[in-house]
Amino acid sequence: MASAVIPANQAPKLNYLNNGHSLRSWLLTTDHKRIAVLYLISVTTFFFFGGFFAMLIRLELLTPQGDLMQADTYNKVFTMHGMIMVFFFLIPVVPAVLGNFLIPIMIGAKDLAFPRINLLSWYLYIIGGILITHVMLTGGVDTGWTFYSPFSTEYTNTKIVEAGLAVFIAGFSSIFTGLNFIVTIHRMRAPGLTWSRLPLFIWANYATSLIMILGTPVVAITIVLVAVERLFHLGIFDPRLGGDPLLFQHLFWFYSHPAVYIMILPSMGVISELIGCFSRKRIFGYKFVALSSIAIAVIGFLVWAHHMFVAGISLYAAMIFSFLTFFVGVPSAVKVFNWTATLYKGSISYATPMLYAFGFIGLFTIGGLTGLFLATLGIDVHVTDTYFVVAHFHYVMVGGVLMGYLGGLHFWWPKISGRMYPEGWAKLSALFVFVGFNLTFFPQFILGYVGMPRRYWQYPPEFQVLNVLSTAGASVLAVGYLLPMIYFLWSLRYGPIASDNPWHAAGLEWKTTSPPPTFNFEETPVVTWEAYNYDEIPDKELEAPVAR
Amino acid sequence: MEHEAHNPALLHHFVDAQQQKNAASLGMWLFLVTEIMFFGGMFCAYLVYRLKYFNAFAAGSQQLSIALGATNTAVLIISSVTVVLAVKAAEAGKRKVLVGYLAVTVLLGLTFLGIKGFEYREKFERHHVPGPTFQFTDTFDDNGRQIPVDSNEAQLFFSLYFAMTGMHALHMIIGCGLFSVLAVLAWRGHYSPGYFTPIENAGLYWHLVDIIWIYLFPLLYLISRHS
Amino acid sequence: MSGQVDALYIYLLLVAGVMTALIFVAVTVLAIKYRRVRGREAQQIEGSTILEITWSVIPFFVMLTFFIWGAVLYFKERTPPADSTEIYVVAKQWMWKFEHMEGQREINELHVPTGQNIKLIMTSQDVIHSFFVPAFRLKQDVLPGRYTTLWFKATVPGRYHLFCAEYCGTNHSGMGGEIVVMEPRDYAQWMAGGPAAPLQETGKQLFATLGCATCHRSDVQGRGPNLVGIYNKPVLLEDGRTVTADENYVRESILNPTAKIVNGFKPVMPTFQGIVSEEQLNALVAYVKSLAQPTPGSAGLQNEPAASPAQTQKTQVQ
Repeated sequence: MASAVIPANQAPKLNYLNNGHSLRSWLLTTDHKRIAVLYLISVTTFFFFGGFFAMLIRLELLTPQGDLMQADTYNKVFTMHGMIMVFFFLIPVVPAVLGNFLIPIMIGAKDLAFPRINLLSWYLYIIGGILITHVMLTGGVDTGWTFYSPFSTEYTNTKIVEAGLAVFIAGFSSIFTGLNFIVTIHRMRAPGLTWSRLPLFIWANYATSLIMILGTPVVAITIVLVAVERLFHLGIFDPRLGGDPLLFQHLFWFYSHPAVYIMILPSMGVISELIGCFSRKRIFGYKFVALSSIAIAVIGFLVWAHHMFVAGISLYAAMIFSFLTFFVGVPSAVKVFNWTATLYKGSISYATPMLYAFGFIGLFTIGGLTGLFLATLGIDVHVTDTYFVVAHFHYVMVGGVLMGYLGGLHFWWPKISGRMYPEGWAKLSALFVFVGFNLTFFPQFILGYVGMPRRYWQYPPEFQVLNVLSTAGASVLAVGYLLPMIYFLWSLRYGPIASDNPWHAAGLEWKTTSPPPTFNFEETPVVTWEAYNYDEIPDKELEAPVAR
Repeated sequence: MEHEAHNPALLHHFVDAQQQKNAASLGMWLFLVTEIMFFGGMFCAYLVYRLKYFNAFAAGSQQLSIALGATNTAVLIISSVTVVLAVKAAEAGKRKVLVGYLAVTVLLGLTFLGIKGFEYREKFERHHVPGPTFQFTDTFDDNGRQIPVDSNEAQLFFSLYFAMTGMHALHMIIGCGLFSVLAVLAWRGHYSPGYFTPIENAGLYWHLVDIIWIYLFPLLYLISRHS
Repeated sequence: MSGQVDALYIYLLLVAGVMTALIFVAVTVLAIKYRRVRGREAQQIEGSTILEITWSVIPFFVMLTFFIWGAVLYFKERTPPADSTEIYVVAKQWMWKFEHMEGQREINELHVPTGQNIKLIMTSQDVIHSFFVPAFRLKQDVLPGRYTTLWFKATVPGRYHLFCAEYCGTNHSGMGGEIVVMEPRDYAQWMAGGPAAPLQETGKQLFATLGCATCHRSDVQGRGPNLVGIYNKPVLLEDGRTVTADENYVRESILNPTAKIVNGFKPVMPTFQGIVSEEQLNALVAYVKSLAQPTPGSAGLQNEPAASPAQTQKTQVQ
């Protein structure tokens, strides 16, 4: 049944992976695909650092007393968990790993517009990462990842300036990546590839890049002001010297709210690709899904003070931001509806990437809806700064971003590595992730509503049962994350060799070899078809992978 | 790999020189947007505190030297002119003229920095540098009426003064460095009418840094000045 | 009010639950019904603008109901009734300090009677904290350098958790306490057991000892504005703005007098930053608030200037 079987005795073709084996050829590469792999390794490392801290948090919270570690230590643990996960995992993961790898190929280009800047981006990320690791190993920071003043500027004794520098540098990695993507998408599309023929993954990353370049500089300057205030006792945010702690919050959230859209948008782009392929259909409402990404990026800049409803802003400001926040929910909902509608009259198969896509739809729906609870002023007063918020953002970031990433990683694994992962183990992991995730975070909604505040090292005993459930879920979730580590690595050596297009998917990336050659295509493609032209792609049974 | 002859500056992932130039231009414009957002945060802080503490800001502003500030403004504007002339020279293939204008630009930039350094030193001597040594006893001269101001509020003004002009000066230093490197490369013949994109893009950067100063000057130096 | 918050919450839960169920069911049904079957191809459907508009507009209007109900509730939560009993709260790392107007001081425990509107006027001595009582469904950040307020009316006696809900350092999770709600009778009894001068009395004494009365006279025009009756009234400043003399205004005027100068006066008031503690500030603010306009026909003023002879001539200070 299988067609393009590669005979086991044929020497492997020259591709980006085997085109030079020295360390130098990797560390000084300008090939966007190699850079994506470098990011894959580094981002995964930081994920496990962040996950390690998560494990410590959940272990401490098994009992109401603070008995596993000191209060100060716990404060550092949740801060490092947040900082590492936000700045060194969630923000870069989909753009820097999947985006870097796929964007040039998907648009028929040989590389990104600025390959050397791409490499610089990775080095900036690594330098930031080394700094934050150093902070981690020499005592950590204890302000929470949001480092509010005046605690961060006047009261804490931990390494704020160094951690701030780490985030500042990593921020420039983000800015340069976004800049690179925008120029690439504008200027380097293959002939015939008009904007309306672009895959939705490209639209999503384009919108994300807009946010990256516009928002990140603001948190950069905020970090500079905090550092300067700390070092020189200036008073920009210190009320005793005439400053305003709320100014910090405005500057901080002006970036940090759009930042969450940097995290989710690329993941949503992945979901569009997965649903299209595994329903064998063009995404329903392509135009609307494409434009909804832009809408989220734009409106996302207008809602930041919904993090400050009880912070002391005026009543009227709160009402305006609440109203605007409801607006930003609409394009997200539009995406969910369109993905669901795509399933109608599709031809659906259940490979692992599709399972992650289904999981995303379910969990993002819950996460997004709970966002509406938080947007509702009367409710937010009660649940803000409690575990309700913690549950909400984990639903969208882990249930959303991470599931999209995992789905995408599985989907494009054959393209990236030339190997197939083991489908049985992958499905099992997906199940662990889904069950573990819900068990970890759903109880936290309840915990929040009954009053458990966040960032608590110890808590009243009546909250224990829900905390135990949550920790139990976390251990299941951990297994779900460890298994892919193992089988992806296993597949590099023992996995079946993949053909050019094992999923029979649409998209230019599937028209080149797995893995692709260094310059992506033997000949620059000329595009004369619409995206997701599944009606033109033979609906063959998904190829069985070939054993080596 | 065989390929047709082309300008050595053309990078292989681009289809042609035009695509490369367009990409580089768009990239530089986007970078300038990020710079605007970066400075924007400080302008925001300035806006908030000036509204809140107008008297103190005015008093602080009156302590700055308009003569020096205006001179620096003129210096920068002239340097933007020399940048434009440098680009034109590159376009016309006039290597020595190009190097000349780039050198003049760098000199003007260094002049700016020198004057700034002089101003900073003066601030240091008068104890107007924020921190433990800060002292401010001047008043806001409101058309003859002397209004005393709170020392902390004045310190906020000077904090923003140093933060904003300091960040601007850092960008100037980077710009001078950039143009110095470009001048050397130009001298060695790297640029021709067919390829002078780096000169253009560095020029754009310089113009932005100039424009930022053109906002900084009135906001910092000209609060409540009457003839 | 907590009942109203719960009602809104249940409404949201229902709508969200229905929405979630719809999506879950739709995805499950469609995923199974249209699973890949040999011989049947997927049908390419571009989209439907009508559908897009419908499923954008209808959810938006549903969300508007959330917004309106939530905003109305929030408005009520942030508008303390005029007749509220005031209690001053000072938060510090890592405890809550309370001062009743009658003078009672409490730490980490706040006694209040049922049936009365209570307004908390709160500030922090150091970093940002947040006053959170889950049973009341209320929360308000407590900031250094200014006052924020929170009001409630307790209805059921009992002890309710008080938590700090804004991370504030080492003992953030230990900065808890209790709101002790009592029947009015029991509350009165508890009150009687305590010492103390009422808060505004303390403030009045401070007003004299700190020399405020020297300039802020109520008998004649002094170097500073007359403070009688200013609370919550508009004040014309010399730069043309008009502001309301609320707690934050009074507090700012003591700590940072040159920030807002009253029309017609010179900026000669010294700052008391560093000279008065938060508790003393609260007392002074309480005192200024208590300086009501005399009711017509009343004999004299409620406050007496510190023993200085009345002068009949205004002294204009140049």
